[in-house]
Amino acid sequence: MSTNRLVNGVQVASHYRDEKHQYASNKEGIWLFMVTEILMFGGLFVGYILFHSLYPEMFAEGASFLDWKLGFVNTLVLIFSSLTMALGIYFNQVGQPSKATWALWTTVACGAIFMIIKYFEYTHKFHMGIFPGKFLDPVMMAEHGHTVQNANLGLYFGFYFCMSGLHGLHVLIGMGLISWIAIKNMKREFNPKYFTPIEGVGIFWHIVDLIWIFLFPLLYLVG
Amino acid sequence: MGHSSGKNYINEEPGLLSWFTSLDHKRIALLYFVSVMTFFLVGGIMALLLRLELFAPNTTANVGQVLKNGDIYNQVLTYHGAIMVFMVIIPGIPAILGNFFLPLQIGAKDVAFPRLNLASWYVFMLGACLAIGTFFSTKIDTGWTFYTPYSIRTGSAVVMMVVAAFIMGMSSILTGLNFIVTVHKLRAPGMSMFRMPLFTWAIYSTAILQVLATPILGITLLLLVMERTFGVGIFDPKLGGDPVLFQHFFWFYSHPAVYIMILPAMGVVSELITTYSKKTIFGYTAIAYSSIGIAAVSFFVWGHHMFVSGQSEIAGIIFSFLTMLVGVPTAIKMFNWLATLYKGSIEFTASMLYALGFLFLFAIGGVTGIMLAVTAIDVHFHDTYFVVAHFHYVMVGGTLMAIMGGFYHWFPKMFGKMYNETTAIISWVFIFVGFNVTFFPQFILGAKGMPRRYFDYIPEYEQLNKISTVGSWLIAVGFLFGLYTIIRGLTSGEKAPDNPWGSKTLEWQTSSPPIMHNFDHDPVVTAGPYEYK
Repeated sequence: MSTNRLVNGVQVASHYRDEKHQYASNKEGIWLFMVTEILMFGGLFVGYILFHSLYPEMFAEGASFLDWKLGFVNTLVLIFSSLTMALGIYFNQVGQPSKATWALWTTVACGAIFMIIKYFEYTHKFHMGIFPGKFLDPVMMAEHGHTVQNANLGLYFGFYFCMSGLHGLHVLIGMGLISWIAIKNMKREFNPKYFTPIEGVGIFWHIVDLIWIFLFPLLYLVG
Repeated sequence: MGHSSGKNYINEEPGLLSWFTSLDHKRIALLYFVSVMTFFLVGGIMALLLRLELFAPNTTANVGQVLKNGDIYNQVLTYHGAIMVFMVIIPGIPAILGNFFLPLQIGAKDVAFPRLNLASWYVFMLGACLAIGTFFSTKIDTGWTFYTPYSIRTGSAVVMMVVAAFIMGMSSILTGLNFIVTVHKLRAPGMSMFRMPLFTWAIYSTAILQVLATPILGITLLLLVMERTFGVGIFDPKLGGDPVLFQHFFWFYSHPAVYIMILPAMGVVSELITTYSKKTIFGYTAIAYSSIGIAAVSFFVWGHHMFVSGQSEIAGIIFSFLTMLVGVPTAIKMFNWLATLYKGSIEFTASMLYALGFLFLFAIGGVTGIMLAVTAIDVHFHDTYFVVAHFHYVMVGGTLMAIMGGFYHWFPKMFGKMYNETTAIISWVFIFVGFNVTFFPQFILGAKGMPRRYFDYIPEYEQLNKISTVGSWLIAVGFLFGLYTIIRGLTSGEKAPDNPWGSKTLEWQTSSPPIMHNFDHDPVVTAGPYEYK
């Protein structure tokens, strides 16, 4: 059973010595959780590398249907959002919570821009008959002027939709979490001594961005 | 040294509802205890049904046939496996005994994240409910391994079951994460890593495995869901995918998961052997490091599940050697336990009998594991009852024996009552004898070529199958005695002293049952955990 007490102006659960002890423990927990996220995506990366080595031409053909410019814009958007996320933590550390609020909402907005661009990318593909795996429609693609070269092209889009979809899901979760801490921040629940949730969500957001940094070249540029 | 006010974690907050909102690691452990034991009962009944069906071959229609048809047999087999693996053995020791005793053993007030700990239980129950929910839909008949391509084609409830396993995996990850941070950050002053009890070491090694291996199961199961709903093709050869990749992914998790199941058991046995020999454990450091060693090697042996799945001969040979390597840290533990027994003042309590039973059965399970690691032998034994006997010797003879032993050992601490030693020992006799009667004949059946997972068999296998089924009844009787012992202990057991076994580890230095915050005064540790003599 944990009851809180106030140590150096911070609520500290009774099983921790002081606020620093609590902070260090929370941060280790968050990093461990990030390890599991990276490992989970790691499974997808291994699958990607395996099939890419088996069917390089098919992967090249698949990648040619993606618009690298949109992917690039999205990469920039996410990198910028990582900056604003870091600023959100920084402004709280130096005691300027209203600036932090702005930085956090900007981060959410960047996430939204990313998702809107992804939405257009996805719908455009559906429109052309590009679906994952067995649902890939060569007839519909031919109607749009694309003759499918490799019979198993659907596999590439299986990877494309799984990888970018799982990543997109994480972006949505991240946006939800950042909104949550932005609202908490507007209620002034954080201060220079206590900002663990912002930092935790920040670490999550950076990892989500980092995964995209790997997904972008693998999906859009390779081949 | 009983707590003066008579308050403890059980009676501090009244009402049933307080149990479902409690953040106390001890109460959460009991939530797990009740749920896991319920699932164990269900999985156990499935096992009895399977054995009953195999009591006699189905020579003519309806003779010797208990289950209506082979489809139902496949379903019972699947639920038996899935329930026992995901809902009993994986959460068993870590979530019940680990939750209760890891903080106590290192002198902490709670785990690092109490709220997350309670959430883990709810997540686990959500997964468990989904899993059981499939029973009322199109039932699952894939086996607990969900191998593709069959799992892509068969009944639609596979998605629900796979999501359930994913969710229970998430619970396992969160528990592991919680324990790692607890061990790193919440040790009492003076409790250095190498003063930690070996049970804590084992739970810690297990936690590392849970965190590092389970995400791979997560993505594998997600991909299986994607395969079924969107036909992404990654595991489908028609679309250029590879069903064997599923096996690689699956066993990359599920082999370490085997050690998620057995490492905590080894931790329990270390505690039992040293306590009931009243002797300092032999080779403390070696046992601690061998836990980490087993955890490390476990990531590189998954291919031994796939010797006949078309992996290359080179890969087979490498996996074969790496698998034999697991025998080294395991043998280190075995010999250290035996050396601890040597010249100890051994007390044959029920717990000690379970520990000795573990040594005996696990040795057989382990050595047959080495046999199966030899590719030439495995080609013959693969998918026969030899494999079934092997992993039951490890999982039941190993893990389940340790759960029972550990449970009796810590019963006085958990509930503040003593259990009846005589009925506990009668229970042990039935379980130990029954276990061998059930599973030893299966080694012979397997060597004679009886395939596993079959609904029926040729008359030549009848006699050994009959013996095996009778054994399963003995085990059932044993567990009924166990249940009786527990209920009698809870209702009319005499009051337990703080340290009935004269044990040296920290959990015995507080009252029985412990108070909410575990210790009256924050403990300061000045010595190792097993300084008997």
